[in-house]
Amino acid sequence: MKAFEPKIVAFCCHYCALAAADVAGKMGFQIPSNIRIIRVLCTGKVEVLHILKAFEAGADGVVVIGCKFGECYFKEGNFRAAKKVERVQSLIEEVGLEGERVKFDFVPGPGAKKFAAILSDMTEKVKSMGPNPLGQ
Amino acid sequence: MIVAERKPFSEILSMVENYSKIIVLGCGSCVTICMAGGEEEVKILASQLRLAFKKDKKNVEVEEFMALRQCDDEFMDDPVLIEKVQAADVVISMACGVGVQHATAFFNRVITDSPTRIVPALNTTFMGANIGVGVWEERCVGCGDCVLEKTGGICPVTRCAKSLLNGPCGGSSNGSCEINKDTECAWHLIVERLKALDELDRIKPVEMYKDWRPSHDGGPRKIVREDMRL
Repeated sequence: MKAFEPKIVAFCCHYCALAAADVAGKMGFQIPSNIRIIRVLCTGKVEVLHILKAFEAGADGVVVIGCKFGECYFKEGNFRAAKKVERVQSLIEEVGLEGERVKFDFVPGPGAKKFAAILSDMTEKVKSMGPNPLGQ
Repeated sequence: MIVAERKPFSEILSMVENYSKIIVLGCGSCVTICMAGGEEEVKILASQLRLAFKKDKKNVEVEEFMALRQCDDEFMDDPVLIEKVQAADVVISMACGVGVQHATAFFNRVITDSPTRIVPALNTTFMGANIGVGVWEERCVGCGDCVLEKTGGICPVTRCAKSLLNGPCGGSSNGSCEINKDTECAWHLIVERLKALDELDRIKPVEMYKDWRPSHDGGPRKIVREDMRL
């Protein structure tokens, strides 16, 4: 049987996470191939519904990666994103999915190593939880 | 506005789990403003339902629709909406209790071949104001006999825990009500406001007991404006 490779959607802030992704590639850090990166101008723009739609479409996990608290280019976008992620956790728990399938994290602009680590950790965590039981 | 909040998902799911064609119908008025039953909330509930049904391997169709105001025929009389409701097994109304009841009456009047089943997704809580981002507080109980001109625009019927009409009780402490430190004493607010207006005399006359007959009593209240009727 083919090993389970989780599909993970990563909403990445243009100003930090995406820059980190770019540097990570250049520095040769391994980013799991199962990650689908979606660039957003600010994580504050990621709506609850965007994350729910990712699960509806069969994502096994979602990670929202923004700037460190206090360093958001738009001042408070990352605080908003963290709150929305918390809300999604409770919404998906209500339907019987594990809340840990979605998380918020942050990287500093040049944090290529941390960026790769966040995605690897999420991949491992979702692997341990198994596929999205919605059975896409 | 009418303020409502969504019922727990498990309760909503239990109302509709035996049906295979569901419409989630939002309302574009009060419950949109209080972020309980507007377009965004309709999409979130529909998405949750799709996820829950998919998880249980049930083939259920969940559609989303908005009515600008579910408590008014004019805004419900949309041929596309009526056609969709006709084809559905159940409609989850995300309006307040008024909207749910009006939608039930409306659809059962215009769709005559089969009865329409409407279930509520919200608990209607109170008539209130948005006092901060994400915070609403009750401001009117609809007693039917407004006293705001005597009390500086602060309603003692709604905001005093005892609905007192002749000043505060002994539980008023430093401007807070004894039921909860975060609840302001309505009579403290009234006295301060009237002092600022230099109109403290307004509350000198003793108010007699309140006539509650114009309030909710003896069935639903009704207003008929003959000048508006043909």
